[in-house]
Amino acid sequence: MATTEVEPRPAQYTWRDRLGRWDVKASPYLYIAPFFIVFGLTGLFPIIYTAVISFMDWDSIRNTGEFLGWDNFQYVLNDRQFWIALRNTFSIFLLSSVPQVIIATFIAAMLDHNLRARTFWRMGVLVPYVMMPVAVALIFSQLFGDTYGLINHWLGYIGIGPIAWHIDVIPSHIAIASMVNFRWIGYNALILLAAMQAIPRELYEAAAIDGAGKARRFFSVTLPQIRPTAIFVIITSTIGGLQIFDEPRMFDTTGTGGPDKQWLTITMYMYNTGWGQLNFGRAAAIAWLLFLIILAFGLLNFWLTRRLISSDTSGSK
Amino acid sequence: MAIKRKGMVNLNRPGIFVYGALAAVLIASLFPFYWSFLIGSGDSTTVRDPNMSWIPLGNFFENASTVINADAVNFWKALGNSLIVSTTVSVTTVVLSTLAGYAFAKLRFKGSGGLFIAVIATMAVPVQLGVVPLYIIMSRYGWTGSLWAVIIPALVTAFGVFWMTQYMEQSLPTELIEAARVDGCNMIRTFWHVAVPAVRPAAAMLFLFTFVQSWNNFFWPFIVLDQSNPTLPVALSVLQASYFVDYSLVLAGVLLATVPLLILFVFTGRQLVSGIMAGAVKG
Repeated sequence: MATTEVEPRPAQYTWRDRLGRWDVKASPYLYIAPFFIVFGLTGLFPIIYTAVISFMDWDSIRNTGEFLGWDNFQYVLNDRQFWIALRNTFSIFLLSSVPQVIIATFIAAMLDHNLRARTFWRMGVLVPYVMMPVAVALIFSQLFGDTYGLINHWLGYIGIGPIAWHIDVIPSHIAIASMVNFRWIGYNALILLAAMQAIPRELYEAAAIDGAGKARRFFSVTLPQIRPTAIFVIITSTIGGLQIFDEPRMFDTTGTGGPDKQWLTITMYMYNTGWGQLNFGRAAAIAWLLFLIILAFGLLNFWLTRRLISSDTSGSK
Repeated sequence: MAIKRKGMVNLNRPGIFVYGALAAVLIASLFPFYWSFLIGSGDSTTVRDPNMSWIPLGNFFENASTVINADAVNFWKALGNSLIVSTTVSVTTVVLSTLAGYAFAKLRFKGSGGLFIAVIATMAVPVQLGVVPLYIIMSRYGWTGSLWAVIIPALVTAFGVFWMTQYMEQSLPTELIEAARVDGCNMIRTFWHVAVPAVRPAAAMLFLFTFVQSWNNFFWPFIVLDQSNPTLPVALSVLQASYFVDYSLVLAGVLLATVPLLILFVFTGRQLVSGIMAGAVKG
């Protein structure tokens, strides 16, 4: 009796045991599989395919290509528009990221007080973030109107003549950069605010005892402490900023980057080549060049970051 | 000495300058909305009048209904499409990112380190790099112009996986999982009964960020959709192209397209704020 009862059990145990072991081993892979399948199909495969197409003369009607070698890259690198687009992209990027970080730091410092209605102010600075870039662009392109725009009207009061926002190169970049800044300053201010709140309050008290005033405390305590976060903000804004498309695309009604390509960016240039001229081979080559530029810039940033942090002995984490 | 003591107590108390500066920022944040409401409630000449009244004129509803009823713009369809795409994409992103994040944060398996680095690496890849072949594939299978073309590539993001992994590494005690396992829960039941309840706050934030991002996304939908079946940003670009002579209509449409997210923001802005601040500390 005892044997008949005991004997089936080990068999049952091994079956369940095996199932359990399979469960433990296979589950992790099953859980991460959806991400890698989606990424493989819509990310990795297209990236490799982009590389292949960039060496081809792609026939967009028959959806086949003919091998060309480096011709597409050569064409793009010899195209004046590419270099204009590169200049514009960098210029808009610098005009948006530098003021963005400075103003965001300032706003974060304002928010880093014992405010009444704390959440209200924090939400207030974040409102622009939920707004579509396309919508922001449509509004700002009118605010920056050349003839009747409100900004020119206001500038007129302080004696600055009407600025040709949609004609001159740098003014058009300033207008587009201001759209980017409008959307992202509050968002970045909150990131920097989080970094500021992580600073131990004793540091401020110690500085105050040593006689440091408000400004001095900001420059000698706050800034060094938030430096890693500031660099993180700069790097993420680099990756996004170099891809800019929505704002310059909607800056005028033609969407071609201006009569003299004053605000044509790399991604717009790629769009116009691919879906304007239906030259997918060249568009793919532009995409790869853009990726290499972002990568180079990202590595440069990373290298600078490490140098800055390692040269800083004052203990920013 | 006394002055210094006083200074210590008041180190963090905001003065009139702080409130003034913040109020200025708030006004600057809201001004474009108000200004487009002013223009949107005027007529075609309002945008060209710098001395326009700062009190809205009475044409907003008329302009809004012109935009809504314009055949070229397809407003209702665009609104419905944006809702469908953003909701679907946010739900799948949260579910699939939570699953993957759980595996990366709490389960041991061969290759997990390498695969997680692969996830992080994909975050740096710009969309532009995949767009040309993606379009070729979509048009080969006749998916251009359909919402699937927008939804499928966005089903799950590397950022989502990264976000959930980070959260679970810090906030989900491994002992809880072990206890459930000892009690005889299999893997998926453990996930469902232990991990899912614990990660709700992070999942809610991921949902919001994904929703906002998807709602505002323009580049790929603009490439792959056409104006007969647009999302809201695509419809706005059509609106600009077809009505640029009358900016009271364009800006009324801009406001209509923005209002849904503003309403969402009123109810969930608090979570967005704490999500951004939490992400920053970890990042």
